[in-house]
Amino acid sequence: MRKPSKRRPRSTAGLGDSTRGAHGANGEHEQRRWAHQAGALKGKTKRHRLADHAFYALSFVAVLVPLLLLFVLLIGVLDNGSERLSLRFITGLPSRKPALAGILPSLVGSFYLMLLTAAIALPLGVGAAIHLEEYGKRSRSARFIELNIANLAGVPSIVYGLLGLDLFVRTLQLGRSLIAGACTLALLVLPMIVIVSREALRTVPQHLREASYALGATRWETVRQVVLPMAYPGILTGAILALSRAIGETAPLVVVGALAYITFVPDGLDAPFTALPIQIYNWVSRPQRGFVLNAAAAIVVLLFTMLVLNGGAIYLRHRLQKKTAA
Amino acid sequence: MTTLLTTALTASVPPPLGSPAKLRVEGVRAWFGNLEVLHGIDMPIADRSVTAIIGPSGCGKSTLIRSLNRMHELTDGARIEGRITLDGVDIYEKDVDPVLLRRRVGMVFQKPNPFPSMSVRDNVLSGLRLTGTLKSVRPDEVVERALRDAALWEEVKDRLDAPGIGLSGGQQQRLCIARSLAVSPEVLLMDEPCSALDPIATSRIEDLIHSLKETYTIAIVTHNMQQAARVSDYTTFLLGGELVEFSETNRLFTSPRDTRTEDYITGKFG
Repeated sequence: MRKPSKRRPRSTAGLGDSTRGAHGANGEHEQRRWAHQAGALKGKTKRHRLADHAFYALSFVAVLVPLLLLFVLLIGVLDNGSERLSLRFITGLPSRKPALAGILPSLVGSFYLMLLTAAIALPLGVGAAIHLEEYGKRSRSARFIELNIANLAGVPSIVYGLLGLDLFVRTLQLGRSLIAGACTLALLVLPMIVIVSREALRTVPQHLREASYALGATRWETVRQVVLPMAYPGILTGAILALSRAIGETAPLVVVGALAYITFVPDGLDAPFTALPIQIYNWVSRPQRGFVLNAAAAIVVLLFTMLVLNGGAIYLRHRLQKKTAA
Repeated sequence: MTTLLTTALTASVPPPLGSPAKLRVEGVRAWFGNLEVLHGIDMPIADRSVTAIIGPSGCGKSTLIRSLNRMHELTDGARIEGRITLDGVDIYEKDVDPVLLRRRVGMVFQKPNPFPSMSVRDNVLSGLRLTGTLKSVRPDEVVERALRDAALWEEVKDRLDAPGIGLSGGQQQRLCIARSLAVSPEVLLMDEPCSALDPIATSRIEDLIHSLKETYTIAIVTHNMQQAARVSDYTTFLLGGELVEFSETNRLFTSPRDTRTEDYITGKFG
């Protein structure tokens, strides 16, 4: 106990000496050296500044191009669709006369589809993510599954449509119904939900898990009460983004058999259905100009819905993050 | 082993040890993957006293303390051999549930880690809530008692509903201690509990450790030798995964038997 004090002061004194030396005897030399270096720095800055500007311009263009394209699209759609946009258009039923046609069945269909898709895909996706991230870490099978999920996320949606047609519509005999469509869309977004949920779980610091284990909590208790509450914002945002992709999907629904023309709102899981993208697709392919205007108006509604969803996702993330801010 | 223990038992400093060791480490070897970090450790941890584990970085002191409540095995690729007994029962026996063990052997970590989404109050109750035993107690009493025991009550009694991470670092660490105490453990393991704290907060925790040893058996890892000397009754010096010296703290610091111990405590390395 006495001895540490014997050594420490000596080493501190040594450090002090060397610092003083640098400022004292070599002071002048040091100054000249710094001046020289300052000159060298200046030359470099000019060249770097040019590169910096160039990169700034490049990245600005990269932002501008997609924004401009989106803007052009929006203007075009709004220009065409604005004269059709009205409450009657939204609450009306389809009609053979473009001016009388509305989008209620497809809007409600899209809404139901999204709810059902979420109800199916969220528990499955989050559950799978929990299993992979919290239970099956590092095992060979977990890595194999991980690779496959990443691949599945890249499979074209039409393939999911074909799978849905064969599995849900035919094999499970769900028919061309709302539930078959929702199951197909759930398959489509499942890989995405698994991936974003895993990312969200990974952001929960390990030391909080350890704190929980040290209190005598089981793995499940830890996941449910410590890990999941902190991962919610991330999971939720990812899930909403995945779902907003799902409501824009057309191809798989066409294959599964969404109807283009129904004059009623779906009234059950086994009811035939249509969805906004299907309706749009159908109208756009008609020769009459009236229907093209309808399609534009429906596109505006679809875009608006997506905007609300994405905005909601950002808002939710912001609020939940504030609550669990570390 | 026996000679070491005899030294400890016949010591004239507190506690007057007629009491047996609460925990006993016997021939413990531990690995991370193929890397052996503990090469056979034998030591007792006396009941209701403070045992310090000191040694340079990477000597295995954290691994040793984490093996005492089976936290070591939570790391991927970690494994362990040997016996560690708690009141005579080997905690590594097959039918021992590590979850139940950890309710008797609590742990405080290096970095204060209150649950960020919970208030002060909920943090204290978190152990009970996590394990589903909250209904069997009176929460307000538990909160007050745990916070008083952790010497934090006076500072936070008016803001029990404020978020736990809003407290200062030292308060957060005492909150973590309160959180561990709320589940009524018998042993408290502390893995460098003061290394992230300023001197004032550190001395408060040290005072706290002093009062806690009346009720709890405490093992503390520290890289601060002065701290070990101040708070502990027994000290273990680890070096390169081996136990160099175990002795009663006074003796280890004033007349170490091993030259390596002497070199370390006099600051020649580490």
